[in-house]
Amino acid sequence: MSDALLVEPSAASPTRRVLGGLLRSREIAVGAVLVLVIVLTTIKSPSFLFSSDGWRDLLLTPALLLILAAGQTVVIITRNVDLSVGSTLGLTAYFTGRLFSDHPHLPIIAVVVLGLLFGAVLGLVNGVLVALFKVPALVITLGTLYIYRGIFLTWAGSDRINAGDMPQDFLALGTKAIVTIPVLTIVGLVVLVAVGYYLHTARGGRELYAIGSDPDAAVLYGLPVTRRIVGAFVLCGALAGLAGVVYAARYGTVSSGAGLGMELQAVGAAVIGGVAIFGGSGTVWGAAIGAFLLVTINRALPVVGISDFWQRAVVGALIIAAIVLDRVLSARQQRRLVAAREETRTLQMRGGA
Amino acid sequence: MPGTAPEGGAALELRDVAKSFGSVAALRSGSLSVGPGSIHALVGENGAGKSTLVKIVAGVRRRDSGVLRLHGEDVDFGSTAESKAAGVAVIYQEPTLFPDLSVTENIFLGRQPLGRGRRIDRAAMYAEAERLFAGLGVHIDPRRPAQGLSIADQQIIEIAKAISLDASVLIMDEPTAALSGVEVERLFAVARGLRDEGRALVFISHRFDEVFELCDTVTVMRDGEYVSTDAIAETSVPQIVSRMVGREVAELFPKTPAEIGDVVLEVEGLSSLGTFHDVSFSVRAGEIVGLAGLVGAGRSEIARAVFGVDRYDAGAVRLAGTPVPARSPRSAIRAGMAFVPEDRRKQGLVTDASVARNVAAVIRRGLSHAGLLTNRDENRAAGPWAGRLEVKTSALDMHATTMSGGNQQKVVLAKWLATEPRLLIIDEPTRGIDVGTKAEVHRLLSDLAGQGMAILMISSELPEVLGMADRVLVVCEGRITAELPRDEATPEAVMHAATATVHHTAEGISA
Repeated sequence: MSDALLVEPSAASPTRRVLGGLLRSREIAVGAVLVLVIVLTTIKSPSFLFSSDGWRDLLLTPALLLILAAGQTVVIITRNVDLSVGSTLGLTAYFTGRLFSDHPHLPIIAVVVLGLLFGAVLGLVNGVLVALFKVPALVITLGTLYIYRGIFLTWAGSDRINAGDMPQDFLALGTKAIVTIPVLTIVGLVVLVAVGYYLHTARGGRELYAIGSDPDAAVLYGLPVTRRIVGAFVLCGALAGLAGVVYAARYGTVSSGAGLGMELQAVGAAVIGGVAIFGGSGTVWGAAIGAFLLVTINRALPVVGISDFWQRAVVGALIIAAIVLDRVLSARQQRRLVAAREETRTLQMRGGA
Repeated sequence: MPGTAPEGGAALELRDVAKSFGSVAALRSGSLSVGPGSIHALVGENGAGKSTLVKIVAGVRRRDSGVLRLHGEDVDFGSTAESKAAGVAVIYQEPTLFPDLSVTENIFLGRQPLGRGRRIDRAAMYAEAERLFAGLGVHIDPRRPAQGLSIADQQIIEIAKAISLDASVLIMDEPTAALSGVEVERLFAVARGLRDEGRALVFISHRFDEVFELCDTVTVMRDGEYVSTDAIAETSVPQIVSRMVGREVAELFPKTPAEIGDVVLEVEGLSSLGTFHDVSFSVRAGEIVGLAGLVGAGRSEIARAVFGVDRYDAGAVRLAGTPVPARSPRSAIRAGMAFVPEDRRKQGLVTDASVARNVAAVIRRGLSHAGLLTNRDENRAAGPWAGRLEVKTSALDMHATTMSGGNQQKVVLAKWLATEPRLLIIDEPTRGIDVGTKAEVHRLLSDLAGQGMAILMISSELPEVLGMADRVLVVCEGRITAELPRDEATPEAVMHAATATVHHTAEGISA
């Protein structure tokens, strides 16, 4: 049955197609693991889910990573990677705080937009370097990771942004909730829906998948490869910038360590969520669930009483398992598709003779 | 006779187009004139410059000089997007689809039907794809991923793409190379339909029966140059063949007879799903066995499997009677195999390293003292081999990347010969090498066979195979369809076997 769905999806009824696609999707599998983690932890310690703090933390903690993972997904789909998002986040968070303290009369929305634009510029630098010098994004963004962090350290010095530097209304965003759902989580979800919608329904979004699926074919096809890749990096940078603003609102203080190591979490979240590291497939929904899972596991393991070392090991094992699973599944799918082709071909020949 | 197609009314016109890659001239003087409502055949040996000409029209490469006109207007395509916008569609020998995307997306990418708010209208897109496939008379599920499709189906998708683009010029680069009889008939019906709509088609093929069945005009190319253009009705196969070859086979490829010894390589029932099936053959000491066939027939894949680079599902490989384990090039080398791959820059050489280091690379284990390897050791080991092969580099520490294709090939050979192999597998020994050096490489292979080495040679150049091989194995669609001793290996016999399954099924259908 699953073979038929793979080779001839149109033969199935639309409901079965959608249902079959859902059941086989990586998103559902990762989602199930997430639910399992939450349920098990809650059994051990009911306050993990049922206290008002527990509920809020469950939703609020992943908000940052959610935004970063959405941007990272867009870049990974094109067979690139952006390792500078953690530094971009930190630098933008500091930039946000400085805007508030140096220009107290700026409206909050203007600061948010400026933060977004600031991140976009940093992303543009990445994109232009990658597209212009034809150097692997891994190397370029590893360089800008250090450069952006260095700019941050030089600019901030021993200075740090404190809650007192930022307006109360802005900081309130970090704690406010609408129908028990934290505002920052809503921001993350809105970003997610927007990016997911673009990737699925816009020509540009589909071209990103095509470029990652086979970069050489994309050039032969006449796709605007350079422009799309630069665009992906700009979007990723802008979202990292937004994450920086969210960081400032959430924590109220920005020190030079802000966003340290976040880039690897963002890549990890995307990979766990089924975004192929070689590009061409995966969704932001998967990356989002991956982000939730990553953050939630980190919070759940101490509750269950597992030591610090094992927490990291579990996350590492999860990433490796996700990649191995990807390889196995895609190899199996390819073999099945080829086998199905051989079969029809033999039938054709026999039918002809 | 040039200019059969009306000069002014040509849909596509090329005059004296030239293109070089470094010192190798891929196209010296390409000319072609195709009228609307015509199917124009472009024939020539491998390396005659057809593919380069196609790439120039497609906008993949820029010509160095010459005239390129589309519907009478001078054009200069800097990218494939530009040529596409001008109404040129190209179907490459090996179609370039995006494996992760659905069949339908592959057709409409970049110009999907849009619904409200400039969102892609998927329902309309699938319906349009269904309509296209129905028009082409094929059954392909528009929702399935492109991954795993047969070459035939991939080509149909490329054609569907061209039709939906409403291209006025359609170039097909060996579209039938991997098709079965039914699929060829289907393709021809589609091509005639497009011709009757007034489009200009260029059809590149090695199969003369197809050329004569489908096309109305034929242009012959040889060694990157235009030779002739004739109406199909006024020419014949022998005439075209003599123009294509244009030289005596024996002169260029001097294989001296060698004493044939014991069986060195035995391959039995080798199969790999979707690539090749039940391949069995043997190579004896002192013998050169040529592996001939059309591009994409699976020759290189067989060689790679024998050497242990690629996996295979069934079968066995034996070297001098001892089984060689699958998937282990290391044990293949230890057993006495050497493999010179097709793309020597990518797979055969460390281009940034010195000649000596390249030559010594495979045997460095035997050279090292207590795990350390010095330049002196490398130079000492490499010297005699490079000297024997007359590698023209002033010093052994010159970098391989700065050498000509011929010398690079010799370095790769020297590298393998240093392992003193009993079997040499060589894939396209003279691709990208100028004519003078070609003869040297051939003389070398002949010498090696004379010293008792068994050689398995893959080549797409028919004269090379016929001139060099003691025995020719013809591969077609992953199966060995003929085994011809030297005196029976004529171009016709090889070509017939290389397209064998096609004829079989075609006959089967008509019967």
